[in-house]
Amino acid sequence: MTAPFFDVDSILGDHETKIIICCGAGGVGKTTTSAALAVRAAEAGRRVVVLTIDPARRLAQSLGVGELDNTPRPVAGVDTAAGGSLDAMMLDMKRTFDDVVIAHSTPDNAAAILDNPFYQALSSSFAGTQEYMAMEKLGQLHAQSEAAGERGWDLIVVDTPPARSALDFLDAPEHLSSLLDGRFLRLLLAPARGPLRLMSVGFNLAASAMTKILGGQIIIDVKTFVTAFEALFGGFRQRATQTLGLLSSRHTTFLVVATAQRDALREAAYFVDRLTEERMPLAGLVINRVHATKLSVSAARALALAEDLDPVTTPVEIEALRRHAALKRVIEQEALLLDRFTSTRPTVARTLVSTLASDVTDLDALRHIGVLLADKD
Amino acid sequence: MRSPRHTLHIVSGKGGTGKTTIAAALACALATSGRRVLVCEVEGRQGITELFGTSRLVDAEERRLLRTPAGGAVFGLAIDPEDALLEYLETFYHLGLAGRALDRFGAVDFATSIAPGLRDVLLTGKVYEAVRRGIKQRPNSYDAVVLDAPPTGRIAQFLNVHTALAGLARVGPIRNQADSIMRLLRSATTVVHLVTLLEDMPVTETEEAVAALRPTQIKVATVIENMVVPTPLDDDQLRSAASQEKPLGVPGWTEKLNAALTLEFADEAARTLQQRERHVRLTSLRLPIAQIAFDPAGIDEAAVFTISDQLRDQIRLEAVA
Repeated sequence: MTAPFFDVDSILGDHETKIIICCGAGGVGKTTTSAALAVRAAEAGRRVVVLTIDPARRLAQSLGVGELDNTPRPVAGVDTAAGGSLDAMMLDMKRTFDDVVIAHSTPDNAAAILDNPFYQALSSSFAGTQEYMAMEKLGQLHAQSEAAGERGWDLIVVDTPPARSALDFLDAPEHLSSLLDGRFLRLLLAPARGPLRLMSVGFNLAASAMTKILGGQIIIDVKTFVTAFEALFGGFRQRATQTLGLLSSRHTTFLVVATAQRDALREAAYFVDRLTEERMPLAGLVINRVHATKLSVSAARALALAEDLDPVTTPVEIEALRRHAALKRVIEQEALLLDRFTSTRPTVARTLVSTLASDVTDLDALRHIGVLLADKD
Repeated sequence: MRSPRHTLHIVSGKGGTGKTTIAAALACALATSGRRVLVCEVEGRQGITELFGTSRLVDAEERRLLRTPAGGAVFGLAIDPEDALLEYLETFYHLGLAGRALDRFGAVDFATSIAPGLRDVLLTGKVYEAVRRGIKQRPNSYDAVVLDAPPTGRIAQFLNVHTALAGLARVGPIRNQADSIMRLLRSATTVVHLVTLLEDMPVTETEEAVAALRPTQIKVATVIENMVVPTPLDDDQLRSAASQEKPLGVPGWTEKLNAALTLEFADEAARTLQQRERHVRLTSLRLPIAQIAFDPAGIDEAAVFTISDQLRDQIRLEAVA
């Protein structure tokens, strides 16, 4: 069974597509794929901004986002002949959070929040903060480009955080909201009244245990934080809801990135199903680091030949044949795994990107990946 | 029978380097005749049960996953922070009812969410408890425990439970618990293994993890280079092949076939040369290095045993008699 071909250029060329989100397991080349797509789109004439989360240092340098300054900067060396442009930025989650706080509260209140130890823990290490802030930043970039009209970006490419599970990106706003808006927190803040009073025995027990575990100070910090944050919070929730709405609009499309390996494909399947369930638009699947060869000699034949050769006069030939045999096996294995994926999800379009001999460190390499992405396999 | 040299093995690595496979293989390598080894995972991915094609580990069960060819047994445990918190409350406060009440009010989720450090202490706390069972010869004790830990980017933060708790309780049982965990992690009982591929990013992350772990006084025992493609050729032969200096000549092959082989092997040779450079980079960390050969057939139970044999050959797992 062959999967339908995922035509990357048709997505990049469609001016109705304004946001592309690349998701997938860690270590599958998500950041590289996002960067390659951004470069290709820019050189085809679109005004692109790429939001990267945690790029490899040399890739970041090649995009000119070596420092983490949380603002989009123009990428030098991109061919702008077609009228496009490319900006790149790297997410600083704490700074994004701080900016939101500062922008939406009075200076006094903002200072109180920023100084709060609980806020500091939340903004730098809470499990969902990075995903949440990536969403927040996406919302900001989108609003900024809408406001700029003709001069604004017409395509935002987002690289998602290296999440433990591919679902975190979609769940983060909900998770943070439910934490800050949760029942326990409300009980903690409000004296028991009305029907809540009936539960207060159990609750007091619970609260005192919490105090014992966490220490009294943090409970006080949390209370202070929530009180200061309350005015801001409605806005936060609303923004998160808006961004989620943006994600399911016809202007957004998702790309699932994977490699032809069991774990990565399992994660990809999980994400494809989740997107379908949430009615989020899935453009297709990018399979990175696929192996290929132009030499049509079977593994068994190559190994048999290698055995017959003289190791003294033809050591390199023997090694080359052995490597070819191993490569053939890898290719078979990958084909098997991809077939399995396609047999269970036959409508998911995909494009294959073959494995490269060296690391991606400059714009030329990104252009090359762009070509591989767009090529019909 | 010699006892294991270290009782707690912590395995970390960048995503995609195969750390879960290595953790499982290490558990198998430790599970020689009559030994019981526990392998724990803390990220809710169920990677270990997926690897062995068995059903998910739920509700803090410690289930036997397999018997090793060497006559030992490997058990699996998926540690969940909420289960760990409830168990912790039960142990230290005997909070049967209140524990349930906490859960009803969403407090467990609250506590583990507002204090990410607490989450890590709870996770490592459960590992600590499993290790202690062995030391104290309690029921269900294990000869060794292997932890499939979070990725290298987060490992130092994860293991440094002291700092994690800095903003939290300064006294009381959780503080004492953190102190005990830290003592165990710093003791000779515990070692960390960092899994890497011979690619730029994983090697960089390995270097960073070694630097980040140094101040914690937790010992890194081995750097494990995974999916290494061994070759008998020397650097000169590889360089010449990579630059396609002279075409390969398999006797009896057409010029076209030989040209295709030359081209294909040029890429392979270039990659091998790059891998050798990265190996040199890793040797400058001055840590013992183990190499695991790439298995073109993919990873399944049999492959795990093959890796386990390679680990036994390269890492000294048992104490000197």
